[in-house]
Amino acid sequence: MDINPMTILIASIFTNNMILANFLGMCSFIAVSKEIKTSLGLGQAVTFVLTGTSIINYLIYTYLLEPFGLEYLRFIVFIITIAAFVQLVEMIIERYVPTLYYSLGIFLPLITVNCAILGVSLFMVIREYTLLQSLAFGIGSGLGWTLAIVALAAIRQKIKNAPIPKGLQGAGVTLIITGLMALAFIGLSGVVTIQ
Amino acid sequence: MTTIFTTILIITGITTILAILITFANAFIADYGEKKIVINNDKEFIVEGGKSILGALVDNKIFIPSACGGKGSCGYCKAKVTEGGGPILATELSYLTDEDKENDVRLTCQVKVKEDLKIEIPEELFNVKQFQGKVEFSKDLTDKIKHLRIKITDGQEIEFKPGQYVQLLAPPYPGNAEEVFRAYSVASSPSQKDQIDLIIGLVEEGLVTTYVHEHLSEGDEVIFNGPFGDFYLNEDSDSDMYMVAIGTGMAPLRSILHYMNENNIERRVRYYFGARKPEDLFMVEEMKKLEEEMYDYKFIPVLSRVGEDDDWDGETGRVTDLVEKYLEDKAERECEAYLCGSAPMIDSTEKALVEKGLKEDKVFYDKFD
Repeated sequence: MDINPMTILIASIFTNNMILANFLGMCSFIAVSKEIKTSLGLGQAVTFVLTGTSIINYLIYTYLLEPFGLEYLRFIVFIITIAAFVQLVEMIIERYVPTLYYSLGIFLPLITVNCAILGVSLFMVIREYTLLQSLAFGIGSGLGWTLAIVALAAIRQKIKNAPIPKGLQGAGVTLIITGLMALAFIGLSGVVTIQ
Repeated sequence: MTTIFTTILIITGITTILAILITFANAFIADYGEKKIVINNDKEFIVEGGKSILGALVDNKIFIPSACGGKGSCGYCKAKVTEGGGPILATELSYLTDEDKENDVRLTCQVKVKEDLKIEIPEELFNVKQFQGKVEFSKDLTDKIKHLRIKITDGQEIEFKPGQYVQLLAPPYPGNAEEVFRAYSVASSPSQKDQIDLIIGLVEEGLVTTYVHEHLSEGDEVIFNGPFGDFYLNEDSDSDMYMVAIGTGMAPLRSILHYMNENNIERRVRYYFGARKPEDLFMVEEMKKLEEEMYDYKFIPVLSRVGEDDDWDGETGRVTDLVEKYLEDKAERECEAYLCGSAPMIDSTEKALVEKGLKEDKVFYDKFD
């Protein structure tokens, strides 16, 4: 797999977006996208966690699991590192950025079970990326996730007062918007490809 | 074989390293230093930062009522946090009313001590202590209700007003993994300072009631704290009293009656006690016996489901019916009512009493959930 890390970075933001191409990490994507400010905060936290965990998981996978032939442990090991990492990030944010801590609320610990994060770690080992590629993939996926959730939050703020049919209010219309956004992003798919 | 060993080794290694990392982070990053809590603009405590307010207060022997033990699932541990509480957390929202939010009322088990705090709690909570005791006896009153006597073994004495409650701790037992507190009214007179009586009904899937009914035996050690509650005898009045209870609602009224008897309080008392069938009645003799000793007191048991074969010549119906039947319209006389039992019983009885001319603020009640 000899792809330029830069290509991977760009691709994971626009064409292989975790949310809009893979539909991973939908839970917090829908739940925390009511306000641009909060979703930007969560996006930053997710990007940070993604970058950190992709490196740690890469190192653990290449230097611990692979040499011993324990690749099958990757699910459990990745989840454990992600959980511990999120715990650390939560402590740091609570201590040093309390405003962000309060606005993220319950969703900060929920990053642990954000499937986009496990998804990135698994994709990178399945696609046999190098360390640099993994790093680019992690950062890119985080930025892509942030882009998607901030865009959605902006749209939701705009349509706050729109006359939406009762049955579609809330999650319903959000899913439709997500679908339309995904279609729009497919328009970019010719720019770069990584798989 | 080696695969199994390496697997175990690797997993253990990774988790250990991460656990050590988090422990260190907890000690250094989440260390907020010592903080000051000022209670009611009067008392000051220096506490270790980073803990919940509830936990920090318990360290200083101040017990705010909390049934779930600080997990944010009962909503009892509310207190006014006037300074330093930070914004309301998502985990508090479902327990705070709009009025609470306006008045800075917070769930103390969720708010962490990160800055110096100013809080307000009812003065009487300073009297709340934790006690260690031993079960002296545990008797069946009916097939679903037990009478428990707990002797205090740690040398302390309990001071409470008749009608108040304590919180009993159920330690983890098979089927329940966590410590949990539940509130029970004290059924004995405050004159007994070295022991308390509790009357505890079996609630289906109730954590503490199951513990008391199925796991607790005579001689066992128990922990409880108290007293709590604003349902107690109003000693500033000499007006007539109507007492209405069903089931375990007997407990606080028994405490009040014994207290009145011991202190020769001369008030006219009528006590209506409701049950379904004759076998659901308990402590009838004890309550009847007080009739001879007390100034002007009558105990009137009433059954709602009397069968044809039952040997019963007393009152039938619901307690609410009795109130309607026996209460004369006494608008000109001051009366107080003490109600204890399930919420529907209390609501309907209160309505009936108010219709009979009782003032709403003279109807005191303790709703058992």
